[in-house]
Amino acid sequence: MESSITATTGIRLAGLVKTFRTPNGPVEAVRGVDIAIEPGETVALLGPNGAGKSTTIDMLLGLAEPDAGTVSLFGGAPRDAIAAGRVGAMLQTGALLRDLTVCELIAMMASLYPEPLGVDDVLELTGLAPTAQQRTEKLSGGQAQRVRFACALVANPDLLVLDEPTVAMDVEGRHAFWATMRDFARRGTTIVFATHYLEEADDFADRAVLMAHGRVVADGPTTEIKARVGSRTIRATLPEAGGDDALRALPGVASVDRRGAAITLRCSDSDAAIRALLSRFPAARDIEISGAGLEEAFLELTAA
Amino acid sequence: MSDLAYTRYELLRALRNKRFFFFSLGFPLILYFLTAGPNQGEDDLQGTGLSAPLYFMVSMASWGTMTAMLSTGARIAGERQVGWNRQLRISPLSAFAYLRAKVAIAYLMALLTLTVMYVSGTILGVSLPAEDWAEMTGLILIALIPFAAAGIFVGHTVTIESVGPAIGGGTAVLALVSGTWFPVTSGVLHDVGQALPSYWLVQAGRVPLGGEAWSATGWLVVAAWSVVMIGLAARAYRGDTGRA
Repeated sequence: MESSITATTGIRLAGLVKTFRTPNGPVEAVRGVDIAIEPGETVALLGPNGAGKSTTIDMLLGLAEPDAGTVSLFGGAPRDAIAAGRVGAMLQTGALLRDLTVCELIAMMASLYPEPLGVDDVLELTGLAPTAQQRTEKLSGGQAQRVRFACALVANPDLLVLDEPTVAMDVEGRHAFWATMRDFARRGTTIVFATHYLEEADDFADRAVLMAHGRVVADGPTTEIKARVGSRTIRATLPEAGGDDALRALPGVASVDRRGAAITLRCSDSDAAIRALLSRFPAARDIEISGAGLEEAFLELTAA
Repeated sequence: MSDLAYTRYELLRALRNKRFFFFSLGFPLILYFLTAGPNQGEDDLQGTGLSAPLYFMVSMASWGTMTAMLSTGARIAGERQVGWNRQLRISPLSAFAYLRAKVAIAYLMALLTLTVMYVSGTILGVSLPAEDWAEMTGLILIALIPFAAAGIFVGHTVTIESVGPAIGGGTAVLALVSGTWFPVTSGVLHDVGQALPSYWLVQAGRVPLGGEAWSATGWLVVAAWSVVMIGLAARAYRGDTGRA
């Protein structure tokens, strides 16, 4: 089969541009995006709403025609990879086809692909076995989301594309979702997912592509991206009054904010700061270290 | 991968849709007994040469089958609203297999309606030789071609909110000028009606009179509408990939 030759070429997005006409004038959703993804990679497309993630995914899947630039999936046009059943995708829409049971819907999807996974296996994998006989229109939001995920998985694709897969899921659901995904990624499937949660990219992807205003503003291993978007915050309770100057002087601390006994340290190097904090202020307790929010990170990256 | 599996699931969905049975089967059935029932003895309905039970059997069947064909539009609009058409486009399901399933379901539903109307007609005394039943059915199925395409066109063009009024209003107007409620044999309505495929649907009822039920005009009108509607349907389907 020719796919064994072309499979090595992965995914290439080159110079993608897409402008939408709206009543308020043209909107440049994507303004020149270049991304190369190797087979087996798990890549997060990260960015705030309106960054151009969904439009990029639409072009990747051939659902939107780029105004300029090219898309190549496994060495061919998106429609060829799709016709060969090599792509599974979970798009960003809320509902399912009605008047079918969960099991029937997944079986219907399976029937469209040349080498689908077993319907029962997918039901098991996505935790849908107990709801298999329910009608799709009677599911909760979280369950419906899982069914859409199952529809993408049952294709047994070489490329799995997920557009904000955990939106509308509760924390527990999100957890279960990524656990399933981790199992699935071991098969060597190439995975591209869009998210606006930095943690999801960090936990799950090998690589993150940061998008803002229709452009790629950073592209690299998630650890590197995190270092670049850098600043972390240490929050603690420090009963001793005063000492703000001493706190500010700690290595790695950029600024100090104190409200009563609660202190917030913005750090350029939180590792150094926490070590110094604990040795100088052993009474510090309730310590929390958190990464900067993605929005802040974007402001930092796009301001440059 | 079975090519017909998709059609099978579509059929399952269509049969579970209760609205269809009400509008496409129930309505024409009730109206048939209301119109033809009281006139059961009328042998020549307003100079058509056809008995009232026969005329209204075909005219109500026209209306019901027309609705059955166009209800494809409602199903597609519903799928588009939830983004399902985009999900299907990123599957290997070919455009041909997708459209074939839609048309096959529409025709199956139309045949169901037709059967129910024929049985009702027989109850009110319609009795025809087998070849007349067959010829009439053939003409009706041919005249439904433009409606099969129109269903796909409507589904890929109109939103779910307006698809109901569009189909309901459209069929009501077509039914009026095409002689569903009463024979239209002259005047402006007749002139307008003759240019519509729904008129020739009703004219399929002329088969038992012998001779040609459709004039050359009839064949031409049905053929022209088929070409136009298939063209519009193809265009609407191809252009419809955006997010709802």
